[in-house]
Amino acid sequence: MTSAPATNENIRGAVHTSSIHDSSHKHVAGTAVYIDDIPELPGTLQVYIAMSTRPHARLASLDLAPVRSAPGVACVLSAADVPGINDASPVMGDDPVFAETEVCYVGQSIFAVAAPSIDEARAAAGLAVIEYEDLEAYLTVDEALAAKSFVLPQMKMKLGDAAQALETAPNRHSGRMRIGGQDHFYLEGQVAYAVPGEDADVHVYSSTQHPSEVQHNVAKVLGVPDHAVTVELRRMGGGFGGKESQPALMAAIAALVVRNTGRPAKVRLDRDDDMEMTGKRHDFVIEHDVAYDDDGVIQGIEFMQAARCGMSADLSGAICDRAMFHSDNCYYLQNATITSHRCKTHTVSNTAFRGFGGPQGMVAIERVMDEIALQTGRDPLDVRKANLYGTGDRNVTPYHMTVEDNVAPELIEELETSSNYRARRATIREYNAAGNILKKGIALTPVKFGISFTNTFLNQAGALVHVYKDGSVHLNHGGTEMGQGLFVKVAQVVAQEFQIDIERVKITSTTTAKVPNTSATAASSGSDLNGMAAQAAARTIKERLIQHAIDAHNVPREQIVFLPNRVRIGNEEMSFADLVNEAYMARVSLSATGFYKTPKIHWDPMTGRGRPFYYFAYGAAVSEVIVDTLTGENRVTRVDILHDAGQSLNPAIDLGQIEGGFIQGMGWLTTEELWWNDAGRLMTHAPSTYKIPACSDRPDDFRIAIWDKGRNVEDTIYRSKAIGEPPLMLAISVLSALTDAVASVGGYKLLPDLDAPATPERLLAAISGLKARAAS
Amino acid sequence: MSGTVRFVLGSELRELSDVRPTQTVLEYLRTVEKRCGTKEGCAEGDCGACTVALGEPDEAGEMHYRAVNACIQFVPTLHGRHLITIEDLRQADGSLHPAQEAMVRTHGSQCGFCTPGFVMSLYARYRTGEPPDAAETDDLLAGNLCRCTGYGPIIASAQQMFELPEPQAIACEQPEVIEALREDSDATGLELRGGAQSYYAPQTADGLASLLLEHPDATILAGGTDVGLWVTKLHRDLECVIYIGDVSDLKAVQQTQRGLEIPAAATYADAHDAVGKHYPDFGELIRRIGSTQIRNLGTVCGNVANGSPIGDMPPALIALGATLVLRKGKERREMPVEEFFVEYGVQAIEPGEFVERIILPLDGQKLFKAYKISKRFDQDISAVCAAFSLDLDDGNTVREARICYGGMAGVPKRAEHAEAALQGKPLELDAVKAAMAAMASDFTPMTDMRASAEYRMRVAQNLLMKCYLETQPGTQPIRLAGSAGIKP
Repeated sequence: MTSAPATNENIRGAVHTSSIHDSSHKHVAGTAVYIDDIPELPGTLQVYIAMSTRPHARLASLDLAPVRSAPGVACVLSAADVPGINDASPVMGDDPVFAETEVCYVGQSIFAVAAPSIDEARAAAGLAVIEYEDLEAYLTVDEALAAKSFVLPQMKMKLGDAAQALETAPNRHSGRMRIGGQDHFYLEGQVAYAVPGEDADVHVYSSTQHPSEVQHNVAKVLGVPDHAVTVELRRMGGGFGGKESQPALMAAIAALVVRNTGRPAKVRLDRDDDMEMTGKRHDFVIEHDVAYDDDGVIQGIEFMQAARCGMSADLSGAICDRAMFHSDNCYYLQNATITSHRCKTHTVSNTAFRGFGGPQGMVAIERVMDEIALQTGRDPLDVRKANLYGTGDRNVTPYHMTVEDNVAPELIEELETSSNYRARRATIREYNAAGNILKKGIALTPVKFGISFTNTFLNQAGALVHVYKDGSVHLNHGGTEMGQGLFVKVAQVVAQEFQIDIERVKITSTTTAKVPNTSATAASSGSDLNGMAAQAAARTIKERLIQHAIDAHNVPREQIVFLPNRVRIGNEEMSFADLVNEAYMARVSLSATGFYKTPKIHWDPMTGRGRPFYYFAYGAAVSEVIVDTLTGENRVTRVDILHDAGQSLNPAIDLGQIEGGFIQGMGWLTTEELWWNDAGRLMTHAPSTYKIPACSDRPDDFRIAIWDKGRNVEDTIYRSKAIGEPPLMLAISVLSALTDAVASVGGYKLLPDLDAPATPERLLAAISGLKARAAS
Repeated sequence: MSGTVRFVLGSELRELSDVRPTQTVLEYLRTVEKRCGTKEGCAEGDCGACTVALGEPDEAGEMHYRAVNACIQFVPTLHGRHLITIEDLRQADGSLHPAQEAMVRTHGSQCGFCTPGFVMSLYARYRTGEPPDAAETDDLLAGNLCRCTGYGPIIASAQQMFELPEPQAIACEQPEVIEALREDSDATGLELRGGAQSYYAPQTADGLASLLLEHPDATILAGGTDVGLWVTKLHRDLECVIYIGDVSDLKAVQQTQRGLEIPAAATYADAHDAVGKHYPDFGELIRRIGSTQIRNLGTVCGNVANGSPIGDMPPALIALGATLVLRKGKERREMPVEEFFVEYGVQAIEPGEFVERIILPLDGQKLFKAYKISKRFDQDISAVCAAFSLDLDDGNTVREARICYGGMAGVPKRAEHAEAALQGKPLELDAVKAAMAAMASDFTPMTDMRASAEYRMRVAQNLLMKCYLETQPGTQPIRLAGSAGIKP
């Protein structure tokens, strides 16, 4: 479906229509330009970053003389060559651009070599003589926990009195699970291309979700004011959180080479280097202790969450907070204590990844639901429904925010019916009872995901809109395009405001020179924030046009109406372009900035109380799986999704986010396994060993619907809801369905010992373990 | 021999006399031709962002187009071929090719980085004129990873493109553009010297044999699905490369009295149908190797010759008692495939010698089953690969059992204790359980990123049970992949 043709009645590309992605014609033709496709200027240097081979060691000596004298080498840079501050971190100042006296993970940047070709730079780097003195390394969450090795202090959230509830409730169980991390595997690896300007200026093309942070980090590293650095990008080849804080390192090193040589410089990581050098989703160990009544309603719960944060803080504070914020998912926990440990390990610093801690928190509570169901003998869906937040009562979260927009009960009810869940579950039970080698499983899990950056100040955005004399529009905002369709959505908003066809709105590169001090395009906030900012800018201009029309045509305000591609002024109609030109001749400013800050939100981490989220996005999924009990191999055979996108700005784009997010979440929980060897080296550092879902992993029967009753109760952009992250967590239904299938071998009485990702190996171990337990 | 690489790029002839023999096609396209539509996602043939279409004439001069990975192909292998990239697909009036238009209409691109590769895979299929069914679509796209869409719209595109109006006047599809290739009458093959590197592409097996005598330490390059990675991943300098992809008499898979003869330059794609016809599970193993792009390049013989303990061909070949024909100069010798694998990293091959062909016996009497265990069904490397060849007499007694595993030892290795436990026994549950237990004496597998030692052993044992269960009359499918698998 492409956008509807323009008529007198409608513009092309209005909000709530399925406009195609603005770049789709260029994507399919190979003409969409990514950073590495920008024609290189003469003299461009290619940069290779030399990495630590030890997880934790003192750098006893670093002899770079042989590197410097190697053929083609234009410059070699290490910590001593940083004129500003040797740090590329987002917050805490603990991510050195180049290691100084100590290395803290295999893959850490030690020095960089620039040469005319990457082959020369890489070959030269191999000539360095590095002596390490190994230090004790913590490679796992458990090792770090035992050593009390943390990047940030412990956090606690508390509602009611969990300890007392645990003592007095009729049923109590505890457990522990590991939830693996995930590599982003954006198809376009990290890349930055820096070009020298006048004075100390540098222009950096960076594949980043956060141009402003790249700008600030480059300036900080170079020791120049922010104004000397411009960061620009048109699009990324995927981000998923992996290009929020990580690109600063590549950009800073490219800029340092520019500073040292006066020549343009490119840092482009190949796949293996990218996967070893850059951060991933946090893996967690989560322990729970839960008390519930005989109906399975939770009376009290304690969670201990311990996250691998890697060697530095990066964004781990906010990520671990979000894991805590989502340890309730859709459920009222009445008495809850959530403790979070941010473990420092000698592995790459973990970073943002779609869901930002939320998925891990949710996996744990969904596992608790599965456990209660098996213990009480109830259908897991009934246990889930019994624990849902209420709409008038039972609606306070463990962080003391009242859930005001709870649509989960209604949405789940609808999906339960449309997916035929109950009958299918009965059929599956029969199938499994027949003693097959293959076992089936089914599960319905819901999602409630909090929308807003939990650091309140980040919830701001800016836009810049120009209207040219011919009525065409130049649109710019602080958001970045990584494939999620942000640009087309914001363009739809502007087209809607002016009532012009979307082709009249030019979508332009994100640059720190047009909109400053932006927040990352992250937290699913892109269209919420930038859509509102662009709307504000458009409305400012529109208001000037109206004022002009009132003055020039001497008609009252209410007689000025923006119709598709034209404006009615009194009894006359004129084209939008004519009105614009008239306004120009009357010396009306046709350029405006727009600004938006999210209302109502506040959060106090000291007390663990507040309203960190403007609203919640909801959804639910039913997954059906089949498992081979001889091998652990498995397939997801059918998935039904009902997702709340509010009043979707663009249903086609949102469906794409739902399906893509689900499949990405399914990969995280099934095939995608990060595996380090005993020496602390990540051995799954390329697609040959790290397996994201392939085409045939998509369920053959995949039914996705946007909830037609969806409407944001808050005043968001055209009452839409954020869509980027929430659907990823719908895939937790796959893990629960696998749990259901495995539980069949134990007669549905015991909880399988199943960690994530549920690889064939883990599934077979869970099956064997359950058989042994059931027999004893 | 000619020192010029001649090929057609899109609709233009290219003649390169100054080319580094191991420069990849991807690097060439992006840096020399400035055709930046073809992307690098992994540089190892796993993601498909670099997919291009490569046309090659058959013996009758008919062109056949296949999707291949540009990232692990070396430029000289383009010699005599027709390379089509994403930039070539537009119709004369500038409009999109149906493979592109379908992707737009289905919302098949999000970030767009993988998109040109998908489009090229779709395009190669489009040229066959045959819309793929669901299983074929999965195979068609298994070698293209997308991290954004979840694949649904792209799968839909594979159908929709055939429903759109046929494209008009695409320059690269005009018959005259490949005329230049036919003019190249030099039958002696390509020879290049680039600095310290040399490259030869002989056109006959005899020519190959004598070149290898001259250059016994040369690297033999077939599909490049392994050797390509030596360059892109290990950054090795290959001094002398001898490419066998132009050796016309080592390409065709033939059935002879001795069985199916699979010569050195026959790709997985070339071998799939013939092998699968006789041994469906072997065909399925081939289908599970790499992806369409990889199977269009990689060779069955290369999967043996490279000596890997985790190649998927050796277990099946060994279980079926296949023979390897090694050739050095004019001399040939034969050995059972299993004897080729001496120990990890050591093969029974001499300098100057090469694997000329594999002879797969066709014995319809035997029961043959094969299984591949990996984290992902498609385009993954085996954690464990198992092949069972059972010769049963009329009374269901095992006359001979040949059981071979990959991923269980430093070489593909037979499970001799398990075989012994089955030998002479009726194929019944007791014997199978005894053989499973005996297998513990056959292997000491390792733990690595693909699987733990414990899992490898347990699943190896269980696969024997699966093989047994599948032989039982009336058993419903108990596999999750392939045509013998369940139909959800």
